[in-house]
Amino acid sequence: MNVDQNAKFMESHEWARKEGDVFVIGISDHAQDALSDVVFVELPAVGDTVTKGEVFGVVESVKAASDLYAPVSGEVVAVNEALEDSPEIINNDAFGEGWLIKVAPSNPAEWDELMTPDAYAAANA
Amino acid sequence: MADKPLKRTNLYDWHVAHGGRMVPFAGWEMPVQYPTGPKEEHRITRTAAGLFDIDHMAQFSVSGPDAEAYLNYMTTWDTTLMAVNDAHYALLCYADGTLVDDIYLYRLPNRWFVALNASNREKDLAWMQAHTTGFDVTVTDVSDETYMLALQGPKAMEILQKVTEVSLASVPRFTIAEGEVAGIPTLISRTGYTGEDGVELFFDAGRAVEMWETLVEVGEPLGLHPIGLAARDSLRFEPSFPLYGHEISASVTPIEARLGWVVKLNKPFIGRDVLLKQKLEGVEKLLVGFEMVDKAVPREHYPVAINGGIVGEVVTGIYAPTVEKFAGHAYVPAQYAKSGTPIQIVIRGKMKEAVIIRRPFYRPAYK
Repeated sequence: MNVDQNAKFMESHEWARKEGDVFVIGISDHAQDALSDVVFVELPAVGDTVTKGEVFGVVESVKAASDLYAPVSGEVVAVNEALEDSPEIINNDAFGEGWLIKVAPSNPAEWDELMTPDAYAAANA
Repeated sequence: MADKPLKRTNLYDWHVAHGGRMVPFAGWEMPVQYPTGPKEEHRITRTAAGLFDIDHMAQFSVSGPDAEAYLNYMTTWDTTLMAVNDAHYALLCYADGTLVDDIYLYRLPNRWFVALNASNREKDLAWMQAHTTGFDVTVTDVSDETYMLALQGPKAMEILQKVTEVSLASVPRFTIAEGEVAGIPTLISRTGYTGEDGVELFFDAGRAVEMWETLVEVGEPLGLHPIGLAARDSLRFEPSFPLYGHEISASVTPIEARLGWVVKLNKPFIGRDVLLKQKLEGVEKLLVGFEMVDKAVPREHYPVAINGGIVGEVVTGIYAPTVEKFAGHAYVPAQYAKSGTPIQIVIRGKMKEAVIIRRPFYRPAYK
């Protein structure tokens, strides 16, 4: 399974990766494969706050709408604008160009509690 | 139905071996997509050729001296207009005008052949056999021994011609011919449910793998690809073809579903009185096509509002790949069913703007 070794994971397939003072958040490659073609993503705005374990957006594939759960709490400092017109980027590069939002964490220790890449891969083997 | 084990077509193993993602559909385990993905499968069918395993669909044989008169009484179409080897879309209605099923009729030299929806197979057979009184006719379910697959797209006829001696130029749209395909005796019907030219093939179910693999082999150099149910749904939606259980059901009539063109009111048939009245006096609700103005994905059963008040619901909601729209079909009160009318779709509790537009979204390529 393609898993980003620098990211940590939610059971619900979101990942978060530390980049400087912020966390980059997305959905896993395994999740995009299971969803199949992503056609739309609904994301919060810069300045909104997200709370770990709560819904912060929705990813819609051809067949279904799936809630997105925040892996860490904090303030949204960036949103991947490219997904507005090209949501398929998530299918093509879930751990890279297909990131969803960046969050300035209110409690960075939350990240430590997430699943390790190995644990996530094992849980979805 | 949930308790019955799911049925598998003779191509089940082929689908699994080729990465088909198998899902329950109408009592069957069918591929919803291959690794290619539904958007690309849709594009391939519109630009090259798609091969569809649709053996879940049912087929009945109708024979006997009164077959034409019987089908004329059972369906909304006028079977006396059909010459030998004609194929035509038709509807089975209840006495109250609502829909039992939508079907395809084929007039063969010595009998009639009917293709029906998988989910309605038992119901349709019981309905048709219950109404044979007074007709010298026999209705036989031949679904198990008959395989059905579809080859659709601008390259479909070129591909098929490579494996049949039948001159396909002499088989016009909406007709059927008998002949060998890949050495297998086959009914070649120049019909389909994608909005593209192509055929639906009926043949001995025992030879399904042989037929499929031959078509894949000769078709692949021309861009042919197997296509799953997800793309089949978006392909049938864009030309506004109804799907039973969504646009049509036992709670709507053909007039409400904008299928008046298939209803021949100048002859007796089950449901005629109600449909004639609706045609003359109008209906309370109508099927409309809409596209989203706000960017959002409509889905089946989402409420539809006008000026903020709920008036109906979405029956198909979809991303339509060829026209690149988030779009759908919905029932609304007839007075609002005009193109250009602003409507709202309630998506996760929020009113999202949409507008009623003219159907179809995509004009069939053979028109």
